[in-house]
Amino acid sequence: MFDDLRDLYQEVILDHGKHPRNFGRPAAFNRTARGDNPMCGDKIAIYLTVGDDGAIQDLHFDGRGCAISQASASMMTEILRGKSMKEAEALFGYFHDMCTKDEDEQGDHGTLDEDATDKLAVMSGVREFPMRVKCATLAWHTMNAALHGEATTSTENASF
Amino acid sequence: MSDLLNPTLGNAPYDVMRVRQDFPILTRLVHEKKGRAGKPLVYLDNGASAQKPRAVIDAMSHLLENDYANVHRGVHFLSQRSTDLYEAVRDKVAKFLNAPARENIVFTRNATEAFNLLANSWGGRFLSAGDAVVISWMEHHANIVPWQLLRDRIGINIKVVPVLDDGSLDMAAYEAMLTPEVKLVSITHVSNVLGTINPAARIARLAHAKGILVAFDGSQAAVHQPVDVQAIDADFYIFTGHKLYGPTGIGVLYGRKELLDKMPPWQGGGDMISTVSFESTTYREAPYRFEAGTPAIVEGVGLGAAIDYVTALGMDAIQAHEQRLLAYATHRLSEIDGLRIIGTAPDKAAIISFTMDGIHPHDIGTLLDRGGVAVRVGRHCAEPLMDRYGVGATARASFGLYNTEGEVDALVDAVQACKAFFG
Repeated sequence: MFDDLRDLYQEVILDHGKHPRNFGRPAAFNRTARGDNPMCGDKIAIYLTVGDDGAIQDLHFDGRGCAISQASASMMTEILRGKSMKEAEALFGYFHDMCTKDEDEQGDHGTLDEDATDKLAVMSGVREFPMRVKCATLAWHTMNAALHGEATTSTENASF
Repeated sequence: MSDLLNPTLGNAPYDVMRVRQDFPILTRLVHEKKGRAGKPLVYLDNGASAQKPRAVIDAMSHLLENDYANVHRGVHFLSQRSTDLYEAVRDKVAKFLNAPARENIVFTRNATEAFNLLANSWGGRFLSAGDAVVISWMEHHANIVPWQLLRDRIGINIKVVPVLDDGSLDMAAYEAMLTPEVKLVSITHVSNVLGTINPAARIARLAHAKGILVAFDGSQAAVHQPVDVQAIDADFYIFTGHKLYGPTGIGVLYGRKELLDKMPPWQGGGDMISTVSFESTTYREAPYRFEAGTPAIVEGVGLGAAIDYVTALGMDAIQAHEQRLLAYATHRLSEIDGLRIIGTAPDKAAIISFTMDGIHPHDIGTLLDRGGVAVRVGRHCAEPLMDRYGVGATARASFGLYNTEGEVDALVDAVQACKAFFG
């Protein structure tokens, strides 16, 4: 019945969805933001530890949501650990384009960590499911808000 | 699957397969792609909006092709024709609700606008700081937010009747809430999430005993069962056209005449005035004073056709058919391990909200959709209720007059497949 849904729900996504990494509020962090998707009820919080050098030393998330949003958040926490703020922003831009735009319309986000972009590629299936794009990007928007000292973000904001 | 005919009803049996032929969209396939056959549409999102019978589509096209002009103003042939057709709908709505007269019927854009009319016009005139409005925990945002806007403007209080674990209204708490500062009870007749049918007549009787007015949100009730505003003794009753197999853009506020007569206009413009000068303007009588500007003429005529359609089938027959579907669907879904039905009140309309262990409603929605089954997932414009049951969201199957037991089976099969997929 769901053959073509394997494009969206790849094994690695199902795995991250069921067993999210870096889940839970850590004892220590220095930046945080909450993200809301009022359309489906998803809520997420991102906790960052950003070092003096601007590198993301640690990141965690908690909250509830669908398999896509949980997997996206979980994968993001693995990918961004150790990245500089600039790299995190570039990967966010890359990921956002990947989820929302056809390949020939995606912007140039500079030189990116290939290991990271390879991992993120499994999420590209959401492009065919416009109603689910915000599920995939919520964690990244929230991480970006936390990086920039904003307390909250919502999928109903114009920037989404 | 049991028979689709119900021989116990009225003169003619309810032949759902025959009824389905009246709805052109029900024959289409969804998710067709090159090299892949589409899936038959199993439309179980009637609580959000219902599909339209040919009679409604044709009535609107016919008006546009033959009889269309603006209403209430022209002396010419078509304006008269259009006015007659549009105003005849007021009579149809009055009869549909068993209202005493056509003057009880105010046309609005939808149920939401009707609540905003009620809060702004009646609330703005007759409520003041310290007064209270009683709503319930199972309200749609349309019956929450207009009262909050009024609260922020003039300082009223909002009291919320709790909901019991099974989805019934807590009637003991309700009764205790009817204190002297309460001026209006505004409660849904049928919950759009839980399916609960609230005891409207009893709610009204208890309020009236204390001199409190009662408004009902009939958006879900009017589509699932006969409604008699005089029998339940409603002071106000609200529903929307598009859930009643009519078009979008047209809704109804029923009001008792002595109440409507005292209510001020809430929007100004053409059609709602008697005389206009720059010094002073006088307004038309109710209901026209609440209908500023050119109304939704085409949609109004579409609503009239929808009412004719459901009336011809019989709201009793529709209710009996849907109750059988509800019983069958409840039974089948209850057999699925890890599936929890939210809302199990004894008196329910054909709406089933559910969650599944370990699978988020959004994922359920996407998978069911790929099986051709359209359900709603999310908060259903009832966020406080989601919090009440400790769920962020639910999946909701809401049945209509054209759904079949075969479609219940398709839903159950898709849910089982969804469970296997996420294993």
